[in-house]
Amino acid sequence: MPTSVKVKTLRIDGRDVSAREDQTILEVARENDIWIPTLCHLDGLSPVGACRLCLVEIKGSTKLLPACVTAVEEGMEVSTQTEGLESYRRMILELLFSERNHVCSICKSNGHCEMQTLAQRLGLTHIHFPYRYPSLPVDLSHELFGMDHNRCILCTRCVRVCAEIEGAHVWDVMGRGVDARIICDLNQPWGTSETCTSCGKCVHVCPTGALFERGRSASEMDKRPEFLPYLTLMRRAGGE
Amino acid sequence: MIFEELGHIEEAELEAQSRFERRIHVCAAAGCLASGADAVKEALSGELQSTGLEERCQMVGVGCMGLCSRGPLVSIQPDNVLLAQVRAKDAKEVVGTLGKKPPKRLACPSDLPFFKRQLKVVLENMGRIDPERIEEYIAVGGYSALHKGLTEMTSQEVIDEVVKSGLRGRGGAGYPTGLKWSQLSKESSPIKYVVCNADEGDPGAFMDRSVLEGDPHRVLEGMILAGYATGATQGFIYVRAEYPLAIKRLNLAIKQASRLGLLGHNICGTPVSFGVEVRVGAGAFVCGEETALMASIEGGRGTPRPRPPFPTQSGIWGRPTMINNVETFANIPPIIRNGGKWLAEIGTEKSKGTKVFSLSGKVVNTGLIEVPMGITLREIIFEIGGGIPFGGKFKAVQTGGPSGGCVPDSGLDVPVDYESLSHLGTIMGSGGMVVMDDSASMVDVARFFLDFSRHESCGKCIPCRVGTVQMHGLLDKIAANRATSEDLAMLEELCDLVRKTSLCGLGQTAPTPVVSTLRHFREEYLSHLSGKA
Amino acid sequence: MSKPTFATIWLDGCSGCHMSFLDMDERLVEILDQVDLVYSPLVDVKEYPEVVDIALVEGAVSTDEDRAKIRKIRAHTKTLISLGDCAVTSNVPAMRNYFPVDSVMKRAYVENAAGGGVIPERGLPKLDPRVCPVHEVVHVDLFIPGCPPSADTIHAALTELLAGRNPDIAALTRFGA
Repeated sequence: MPTSVKVKTLRIDGRDVSAREDQTILEVARENDIWIPTLCHLDGLSPVGACRLCLVEIKGSTKLLPACVTAVEEGMEVSTQTEGLESYRRMILELLFSERNHVCSICKSNGHCEMQTLAQRLGLTHIHFPYRYPSLPVDLSHELFGMDHNRCILCTRCVRVCAEIEGAHVWDVMGRGVDARIICDLNQPWGTSETCTSCGKCVHVCPTGALFERGRSASEMDKRPEFLPYLTLMRRAGGE
Repeated sequence: MIFEELGHIEEAELEAQSRFERRIHVCAAAGCLASGADAVKEALSGELQSTGLEERCQMVGVGCMGLCSRGPLVSIQPDNVLLAQVRAKDAKEVVGTLGKKPPKRLACPSDLPFFKRQLKVVLENMGRIDPERIEEYIAVGGYSALHKGLTEMTSQEVIDEVVKSGLRGRGGAGYPTGLKWSQLSKESSPIKYVVCNADEGDPGAFMDRSVLEGDPHRVLEGMILAGYATGATQGFIYVRAEYPLAIKRLNLAIKQASRLGLLGHNICGTPVSFGVEVRVGAGAFVCGEETALMASIEGGRGTPRPRPPFPTQSGIWGRPTMINNVETFANIPPIIRNGGKWLAEIGTEKSKGTKVFSLSGKVVNTGLIEVPMGITLREIIFEIGGGIPFGGKFKAVQTGGPSGGCVPDSGLDVPVDYESLSHLGTIMGSGGMVVMDDSASMVDVARFFLDFSRHESCGKCIPCRVGTVQMHGLLDKIAANRATSEDLAMLEELCDLVRKTSLCGLGQTAPTPVVSTLRHFREEYLSHLSGKA
Repeated sequence: MSKPTFATIWLDGCSGCHMSFLDMDERLVEILDQVDLVYSPLVDVKEYPEVVDIALVEGAVSTDEDRAKIRKIRAHTKTLISLGDCAVTSNVPAMRNYFPVDSVMKRAYVENAAGGGVIPERGLPKLDPRVCPVHEVVHVDLFIPGCPPSADTIHAALTELLAGRNPDIAALTRFGA
């Protein structure tokens, strides 16, 4: 631990809050019960700033900044819930729904899906962009788990938890743009992977029904990512 | 080698050259090679041999002479004769008329506005030296800036000259180069990197390629000076695999410079060390974005990451890293040679020096040009470019590639500089300039670039990955006359979203071709809409 | 003053939304006190009336018949409401979108038919190449997602509408609810 931690004071949505200098806006907001939506972010994994849902406005900056990677600064004035931001967030979520095939009603994670919950919380009742309906595979070659690319939002939580926490780096991303895909090892069926330890961490950090345990039916796949903060805490304690 | 020996090499080379009565320069850059320059060079050499002139006449393959539309180009010095569209079968005639009046059908007047209106700083050696021989570069004053910088100036003084020159990044965004250099110099890390961004990927752009193919040592010299000024000891040149000739000549140049001790440990006996490695990109446009480029150099997937931290704070392998474009580095040797003030006298108040453009599209003279900042687009297109061919009418000029926009007739008299172009809704960009006549559909132009951007999006952030695809779909619909005014509204909504919320420059600028054509040619979009909403 | 006219429509869906509507049970009486049910699969009216104040649409747009029907309905309806995920998102019916129409027909009428069936040539509306949500074809005024939206949701939404207020749908239901 650093011997002296500097404290910064800033304003989020009109509230004065204080923070350690090494904290991000998102961390401070959550500590103060200020809600900022996220999808790619997960405490315990390295931040990537990819989903753009946590974008916030900062007074004096013309750019919107991702709260998950933006460090606090003294005197910063942050707005997290402006009309503009909410509209952007809804549109970003809409784009996600339009991209692949998120058929909530028959999804294993129906009712346990972060994207579905977020859509409701942001007041989304329909998707005004045309759906793309791509034809995507489902990998059921692993005896315990399955990967449904129809539900994948490319948040890369699986990639990160496998590389950073499990240390196996089974998952990665291949291809560009909307053709980007999560791949297993060198783009092979999951069941043939020699690096996968079958730990299931990827399944439980996956925010949607893309990764699931086999044998679960529609609406049965609840996710239990609670292991992650616990592991992070234990590792930090072990390191000291 | 020590620096003083540069003088000996220069003398020896000049003496060797003076043994010949004349030099025949054949363009050996990609454009002319593609139209058969190799065969022309071979035929000319053969002809010189069979006429016994090879002792009196030196054959040299040189870098781009600019007028690419009329290649292969051959120039004969010191007669100042320029021949265009030369074929191998013309060799006998060309050699036969050496020193006399050149064949009329090949002769190209060298006092055309195409040449006269240009000002060559970056391209000063293009078409004059053999890019594959370091001696030729040294003979025209090459590495004298390095000599001066390393022996007569402190690092800070080198930076000061760059600051004084007012040079701004030639990759497109126009960030002040001197400021970037001084930011890196202030970092205390023992390891720092200097990177040359040669991942030129804009459709219609070939400036950096020409410089690398025609004068690679100039870029190396600029990079070594940057290393000295900032305290970096390792350089990388990130060049796309689609440029095999540039890669070959760069590697050759690095080898030659290393052999002479101009690269490596204790450069020419000074305490300064600097090494350069070429890293070949796999053809992803997004790797021209600084953070994606660094990820690619590290061996990872080329995707951008949020900034801060800025590369100068934490770059390749977490070390402070400074990335400049090819043309930026190519500006450095003359700045150090002549002083920053010299460059600052060229150009406009906020945009100093010259800019290289690759002029293409519906214009008589297509090719590589270098002009002082502040020249108007009209001068570039109608004087240097020779206007619109086949009696066509000018409609728009596109600058800045997929991140840029179209300028209509009304913007032609605006001086070319970073700010003015931005006011017109486009960007300076790296120098691609595509001229369009009135047969061009502006919706198609926007659609072309969105098609490019959606394929080149890395897929990391949602607005760029999906937004560009949705935008392209709407443009398809508009082009097919199936769209309604609601679709147009959705398109504009997406432009705003993608621009404001994308992670990196690729996404943030991807809507520009749409925004700019909507701004200047809205009626064209409206004419495509089907009546009902 | 006469009661507002009310209709329900069934496009490509499983009728689950209509079942859920019926699940309002005794509250149906209360709703029907306030509206005049003029058109519905639940009543025997063949022609869509000239003016309908509120119409609930179940199902996605899947055939040329659906398309023509919803266009006509839109033209004669003041407030058109997409009811349920099929109408709102195209949901399960759109899962055939990844396959060409002829292979869908073959699957349904030949491969899955006992004793080798044939694809009927008459009496079937023509399948569109792509199933889509209602709002991709006509303007929709309100969306009530859910598969199906619960009777409570439908009741709350209708009550609000009939009282002249805008229901807060997201507070009541979500995709897949």
